[in-house]
Amino acid sequence: MAVRIVFLGPLRDLTGEDSREVPAPLDWAGLLSAVAPQVAEQLNEQRVNVACAGKVLADKTTLNARDGDEVALLPPVSGG
Amino acid sequence: MKDVRVLTSPFNPGTLIGPFTNAHPGLGGVCTFVGEVRGEADVEQLELSHYEPLTLPSMEELAEQAITRFDLMGMLMVHRVGAMRPGEPIVCVSAAAKHRRGAIDAVDFAMDHLKSAAWFWKREKRNGQWHWIEPRADDYADLARWSD
Repeated sequence: MAVRIVFLGPLRDLTGEDSREVPAPLDWAGLLSAVAPQVAEQLNEQRVNVACAGKVLADKTTLNARDGDEVALLPPVSGG
Repeated sequence: MKDVRVLTSPFNPGTLIGPFTNAHPGLGGVCTFVGEVRGEADVEQLELSHYEPLTLPSMEELAEQAITRFDLMGMLMVHRVGAMRPGEPIVCVSAAAKHRRGAIDAVDFAMDHLKSAAWFWKREKRNGQWHWIEPRADDYADLARWSD
């Protein structure tokens, strides 16, 4: 088992992949080093959110993903 | 009633609003907003992607908030995802209430949140190239009107 990192919206274009599997567990520092530098740069911006196991984290630096969790990287949204 | 849906294929808002209205006997007013893909000269296609584990639960929560805040009898909230062409409906929000002000404000509230606080990402194809659409400053200002 592993942690699946999912890239959404413009971040998907930035990485050229929809998702990537990395070994569990995964914390904030681990996430930053698991993704491409240009994605890590985006992650450090306040307007990019992170969800873990279907919940948006109030403080993304507290990320603590376990085996089987999905971690979604959520750039600024535009609906309607 | 609360009717919240994410649709992957084209829909006709008219066919949803009749049954929604009929489901609320005794209502005082229904307000409906339908958003469509704008027909701009160089836009060939629009695509909305979303993050499924969050989209529907967050829309359900938004509808719930609107129902409580504006004392609604019901709310219909339908949002498209996938590829769309100019003229196709993207979103339909309808609110039924005892009084008109609640219905009108609830739709305004729901649309402001769907625009810049729901888990959708929009991009459009112009001259064969895809461009991501970011929320405008106006969209954030519209959303801020509702914070207490």
